[in-house]
Amino acid sequence: MSRNRLSGPLDDVAGDAGHVTHPPRVGFFTDTSVCIGCKACEVACKEWNSVPEDGLDLLGMSFDNTGMLGANSWRHVAFVEQSRPTGRQDPGFDGLPTGPSGIPDTADAVEPRLREAPRGGSELGTSPLPPGGPEPQELGMPGFDRPGDLAGADTRTDFRWLMASDVCKHCTHAGCLDVCPTGALFRTEFGTVVVQQDICNGCGYCVSGCPYGVIDRREHDGRANKCTLCYDRIGDGLEPACAKACPTDSIQFGELDELRERADRRLAQLHDLGVGEARLYGRDPDDGVGGDGAFFLLLDEPEVYGLPPDPQVPTRYAPSMWRRAGAAAAAFALAGIAAFVGGRR
Amino acid sequence: MSRPQPAPAERRSDEGGTEGRSARMFQGIRRSRRGGEPTVVPEAEFGSYYGRPVLKAPVWEWKIAAYLFCGGLAAGSSVVAAGADLTGRPSLRRPCRIGSMGALLASLYFLVSDLGRPERFHHMLRVLKPTSPMSVGTWILSAFGPGAGAAAVAELMPARVRRSLAGRLLDRLARPLGISAAATAPAVASYTAVLLSHTAVPGWSEVRDELPFVFVGSAAASGGGFGMVCAPVAEAGPARVFAAVGAAGEIVASRVMEHRLGLVGEVYREGHVGTLRRASESLTAAGLLGTVLLAPRSRAGAAASGLALLAGSALQRFGVFEAGVASTKDPKYVVVPQRERLDARAAGR
Repeated sequence: MSRNRLSGPLDDVAGDAGHVTHPPRVGFFTDTSVCIGCKACEVACKEWNSVPEDGLDLLGMSFDNTGMLGANSWRHVAFVEQSRPTGRQDPGFDGLPTGPSGIPDTADAVEPRLREAPRGGSELGTSPLPPGGPEPQELGMPGFDRPGDLAGADTRTDFRWLMASDVCKHCTHAGCLDVCPTGALFRTEFGTVVVQQDICNGCGYCVSGCPYGVIDRREHDGRANKCTLCYDRIGDGLEPACAKACPTDSIQFGELDELRERADRRLAQLHDLGVGEARLYGRDPDDGVGGDGAFFLLLDEPEVYGLPPDPQVPTRYAPSMWRRAGAAAAAFALAGIAAFVGGRR
Repeated sequence: MSRPQPAPAERRSDEGGTEGRSARMFQGIRRSRRGGEPTVVPEAEFGSYYGRPVLKAPVWEWKIAAYLFCGGLAAGSSVVAAGADLTGRPSLRRPCRIGSMGALLASLYFLVSDLGRPERFHHMLRVLKPTSPMSVGTWILSAFGPGAGAAAVAELMPARVRRSLAGRLLDRLARPLGISAAATAPAVASYTAVLLSHTAVPGWSEVRDELPFVFVGSAAASGGGFGMVCAPVAEAGPARVFAAVGAAGEIVASRVMEHRLGLVGEVYREGHVGTLRRASESLTAAGLLGTVLLAPRSRAGAAASGLALLAGSALQRFGVFEAGVASTKDPKYVVVPQRERLDARAAGR
């Protein structure tokens, strides 16, 4: 029996879950440095898995019309606009009539209304924002003038566009799986985490157990839904739909050990090219969830992409929490006994 | 392009307006601003994705907060009922047994109706999973329920049924069954704290050390308070002691909990949750004073004190529940503490 059953590194995830003979652990390496934001992954995922449509509105957040992962969005392409270049790249904007990317304007339009949303905007992202808040603002989208033509040369900035396809992390220690009281969530022989829809009774515990805010309960259906890493496809030796559809191989599917080596090589390559801000996220088996089955190469801090910087599986604290609860229970029992023993006059 | 928003299909725990804590954020670094009010915690500077929450807000409704209260009440009153039974206090025993079953039935209703698929509630009984406090809690309630229920049914039997063979048998078994419920009650009262803390929700996870004590205190206060409301002063002595100890414990543990919290303490102090928690503490403190000063002398004073304790306990549960929900809606409660943890680790290297 392995020492790290609740948190920390774990070599044989599927074996720990009871699979005696099993294929190697598989996962995704999503290299966001080559993502072009085409959203083919989102479309392929919806098509293959019959995930319901949940709105096609642009959200005022660059070209993001998905918002975040949820029950009806198992891939989410994030779009981040920043006034800085990538690495030593010269975007050449200094010589062009470029203006600010409109970032403060965009945020000012979106953020106050997010606060008014029923779940702070954490409900499925593709719904339009609730009415109210500040008046709609002209964001210049779509614009027919050259960027910056109307603003003047003094407002020119550098610019880069970060795109990243987010997905369920299929954690080594999965918060959703640990707290599921029905056994609906289970660890597959591939080391991935999947919801059995015929078992799930929609208790919603997994929604609060996930440190990444991935899994959610589907409205009208009542059951929890998330990425299955195309359990049906990989069982037949196919790669998941999103990876299959990705035109730039930003989404790479494979055996986790090999993906990790590949990611390390890519990171070293980018650092050599002067992209010092490149970093791996979820690669480290020593992190708070024991490493992710689906990990990423990012070009900025994780929180900029909407990812938690240092997620931890809640189960990590289970032993200490039960000890405290035991002490409290003992105090409760003692108070009850003392009340009657002392009160017997 | 602007489509009318579809009507919400189900009510969720976090509906309603959010407070004016307008943390202005977008991708890149921004400062969260609160209207110039002085705070202990320095203003947080952090990045986020257009101010979107990192976590999903709990899908649990108010029913889960109501369950937390009813479960505590069921546990507390079953202890009072068993004690009253063993020490010959029939007019304390009877209402507490019935109250315990009533609170348990309400608990089950709240728990089952909050499921996305209520007709599948029995899927909880497929497994016993130590890593899932909800699974552990299911089995704790399964151990608690039969005893609490049977003891109450024994009280409610009409005289004709009581004379039958089954009735006489149940009459004889009521005491051991009531004691079995009381023996399980500490687990019923305390596991709900782990249920909340065993999540990624900052407002629940970060109070994991104190919450069990807050919740058992709240359970004892409500159980004892219920006994004070229902039983004559002469028999309610132990209920008063139990309630007073519980109320005092709840107030102290709740204060310690709130004092120790860092940034996420905001959600416990500010806005709607702050109001709930202040009201809870006032009611519990008033109930405690009344229990000590009035309840031993006056039936009306005892009833008023008991009601104050029950109300304080209920508001405590709603306060803690909603604090957690609020902490998931603003990304700063996720990003800032995690970033500090990372920085501290980097500095330690």
